[in-house]
Amino acid sequence: MNLIDKIQNAQIKKLPDFKVGDTIKVNFKIVEGKTERIQAYEGLVIAIKNSGIGKTFTVRKNSYGVGVERVFPYSSPRIDGVEIVRYGKVRRSKLYYIRDTIGKKARIKELIGGRKPMKSAE
Amino acid sequence: MVALIGKKIGMTQVFDDQGVLVPVTVIAVEPNKVVKVKTAEKDGYNAVVLGVGTKKKSHITKPYAGQFPEGMDPAVILREVRDFTGTAEVGTSLDVSLFEKTRFVDVIATSKGKGFQGVMKRWNFGGGRSTHGSKFHREPGSTGQRTYPHKTFKNRKMPGRMGRERVTVQNLKLVRIDSENGYMLIRGAVPGPRNCTVMVRTAIKKSK
Repeated sequence: MNLIDKIQNAQIKKLPDFKVGDTIKVNFKIVEGKTERIQAYEGLVIAIKNSGIGKTFTVRKNSYGVGVERVFPYSSPRIDGVEIVRYGKVRRSKLYYIRDTIGKKARIKELIGGRKPMKSAE
Repeated sequence: MVALIGKKIGMTQVFDDQGVLVPVTVIAVEPNKVVKVKTAEKDGYNAVVLGVGTKKKSHITKPYAGQFPEGMDPAVILREVRDFTGTAEVGTSLDVSLFEKTRFVDVIATSKGKGFQGVMKRWNFGGGRSTHGSKFHREPGSTGQRTYPHKTFKNRKMPGRMGRERVTVQNLKLVRIDSENGYMLIRGAVPGPRNCTVMVRTAIKKSK
């Protein structure tokens, strides 16, 4: 398994330390024919799934009254960067309940003062 | 056609140039030694004999050692490749860089053994209903007619040993080669268990 680990670890990317409940802005590269441009997608992180190279996160936003969810591969080379817009205070690892809520219930409490950056594993 | 002996390491995923996550099989390739070059004049056909690994001294018999040119350690695995294109001289060794310009490959290996299996798994028979009073579930059914021909024809599909046979999977995309670490990544699955010996060759149907 050593060789497989080597191949995988070479691809795993380090993004800013966001968690479920945070509002983030994902700068996603889009290829249109020959030109490449960056599209920002801002929304609430409602799930982080899997680990290693298959790790993904789901970002939900409300676009003109319609809920939109996008799943991004965490280590995708097409992610140019991630900015954390707002830290959220939640007690769940998956915020699927937010899909069924509207109005005041659909809010997430803000974590005042932000979060200390996690110690890196190194 | 060029071919190499490799070892299946296992499967993983990699991102390709477009940023799409692709399922790949990792195949490690140790240096392939050219043991013998067969020619049409001498042997009746053109081929190259490749060998991998070094056999334990106590396992070597004299007739086995006699196949190898002088100064070469007898290999553990020997495979013959017919109509080998590209330079192959006895005594030299080949590595993954042989596949530098190849885009598609065929992989040949011995598949995993499945043991004694029934007709539904082995031959994809439909089987019968499981409920509603049915008494016909996974049986093979009839194996022939009556007084005439009064026998079951040969090659009738029946239960039996399944798997552990030579399987060729054609036209698999070669995603990446790494001659520094001696491995290649092939898109999709490859027959055989982990750590089994596989033959990787350029795709016959894709080469003109």
